[in-house]
Amino acid sequence: MRELHHIGLTGLAAGLRARRFSSVELAEAFLKRIEASQGTLNAFISVTRAQALSDAAAADRALAAGSGGALTGVPIAHKDLFCTAGVRTTCGSRMLDNFVSPYDATVVAKLKRAGAVMLGKTNMDEFAMGSSNETSYYGPVRNPWDQRLVPGGSSGGSAAAVAARLVPGATATDTGGSIRQPAALCGITGLKPTYGRVSRYGMVAFASSLDQGGVLTTSAADAALMLREMAGFDPHDSTSVEREVPDYVAELGAPLGGLRVGLLKEFFDKGLDPANEQRIREALKVFESLGAQLSEVSLPNLPLSVPVYYVVAPAECSSNLARFDGVRYGHRCENPRDLLDLYRRSRGEGFGAEVKRRIMTGTYVLSAGYYDAYYLKAQRVRQLISADFTRAFASVDVVIGPTTPTPAFAIGAKTSDPITMYLNDIYTIGANLAGLPGLSVPCGFAGELPVGLQIVGPHFSEARLLSAAHAFQGATDWHTRIPKGFA
Amino acid sequence: MYDFPLIFRIPQPHTSRTPMALTREQIESIAALARLELSAAELPVYQTSLSSILEFVGALERADTASVTPMAHPLPGLSQRLRPDEVTEQDHHAEYQQNAPQTAAGLYLVPKVIE
Repeated sequence: MRELHHIGLTGLAAGLRARRFSSVELAEAFLKRIEASQGTLNAFISVTRAQALSDAAAADRALAAGSGGALTGVPIAHKDLFCTAGVRTTCGSRMLDNFVSPYDATVVAKLKRAGAVMLGKTNMDEFAMGSSNETSYYGPVRNPWDQRLVPGGSSGGSAAAVAARLVPGATATDTGGSIRQPAALCGITGLKPTYGRVSRYGMVAFASSLDQGGVLTTSAADAALMLREMAGFDPHDSTSVEREVPDYVAELGAPLGGLRVGLLKEFFDKGLDPANEQRIREALKVFESLGAQLSEVSLPNLPLSVPVYYVVAPAECSSNLARFDGVRYGHRCENPRDLLDLYRRSRGEGFGAEVKRRIMTGTYVLSAGYYDAYYLKAQRVRQLISADFTRAFASVDVVIGPTTPTPAFAIGAKTSDPITMYLNDIYTIGANLAGLPGLSVPCGFAGELPVGLQIVGPHFSEARLLSAAHAFQGATDWHTRIPKGFA
Repeated sequence: MYDFPLIFRIPQPHTSRTPMALTREQIESIAALARLELSAAELPVYQTSLSSILEFVGALERADTASVTPMAHPLPGLSQRLRPDEVTEQDHHAEYQQNAPQTAAGLYLVPKVIE
């Protein structure tokens, strides 16, 4: 038999139902891997061993009684911005170091109902603001392919954990690329669904018109299974969309023949690392051999997506993070002189440098005299970018390009200049601005480091993206590669 | 004691060669509006990085948006959903206050506001 951590989420769910192994065995095996790697990868903020083993034992009883759900007994991890009742939710911040949510996020509740067993909460950039996992209050996460490098961010802990096979799947969130970029840098599969597809209730808010929960797994088939259990309408989230969830697993086998693939002209620019470009071009040949029809599409306003994002996201962040006042929950400073001092010092001490930078950027672009020039202007350009995608999808079914301009970079290499860091998300932000689903799959290596290919489709085309990725993974084996030392 | 400004306004610098560069006073004013205490060492760091961010997002000026409506929702045609005005939540204040730094008699405690 293969080792347990070589079996993906789908295989583990099937193996549990066939009683080939127990949920307690799985939890033990993966917890052991988590604990052994914590000193090097730092992928977790909390490991919930006792709770996990007791939930796993309950899952085994359910399986014995034949009453399990689609994921009964399967171990997973949650990004530490999904609220978990009774288990602290830090969002990677000193501000929430002691915060224990009184309720479960809808995503957490749904996965629990499907039978998944949580092993812990993963490390992340503070309040999901970062592209390298270096802004976490709990220290950087290291890339399992090379521990001197970043795993990407902000869902870097979830991505590193899945890549190192510490868990077969993890939840993540994507505001400007935070699922797809770390998936690319860690060599795994990551899906950001359509805005409104997955409930945001109980996700600590960063930029509410961009944030979307999704999944990180080792294959598109596993992503389909996990998304099917997570997605759906939620009356607790006013932007959640009332629309039936397709059976993504049943639709995985849709043939690729005739799929009209648009190559995003603007993505093959001078910023793209030649090795990354080479891998993408090779992957496109695979799509072609599977019957896809390739053509070039141009989205002329897309190069403005990073400037739009760095107005809209900080603006929304400055409003959302106003709730952290040192009064109702979160960090409070010692001996405040008065209420204003309490607010200012609690927030000054509780937030890290990047979060403060974004709050201040947002405060500025929303302030009197600047609102029209920055915020409204950005929302107008956002409309142009969205219209570019709509126009492209009139002639192609999906657009394909690189997920990131380069493979993983060194820890510390980009921390001194925020703009250089922000430009990591140059290929991913467009989908967030337009509310579109996007998926990253591993498509080869630049040297020793994984390269990600991105597929973006129209609103609610997750099934199409997953089946295209599944067909690609049927023809390639990049997604089965495991970093040395974790095999 | 409260200094909530009626309008969130940040002072314009008197002389400014490059319109994007923020002054130290502007950073202090932004931090005050955002209720963030910054150390003396942090101020120049944010002065530099916020100025460069504003210069970077200044690229938006070049886009012709004369007849474009600002995007209000990421999904076309959708707006905020309303629910019937019915009571659906129970009182959880005791549970919620377990996360509060300081409470008494079911109330959140803060430093004295009214003299």
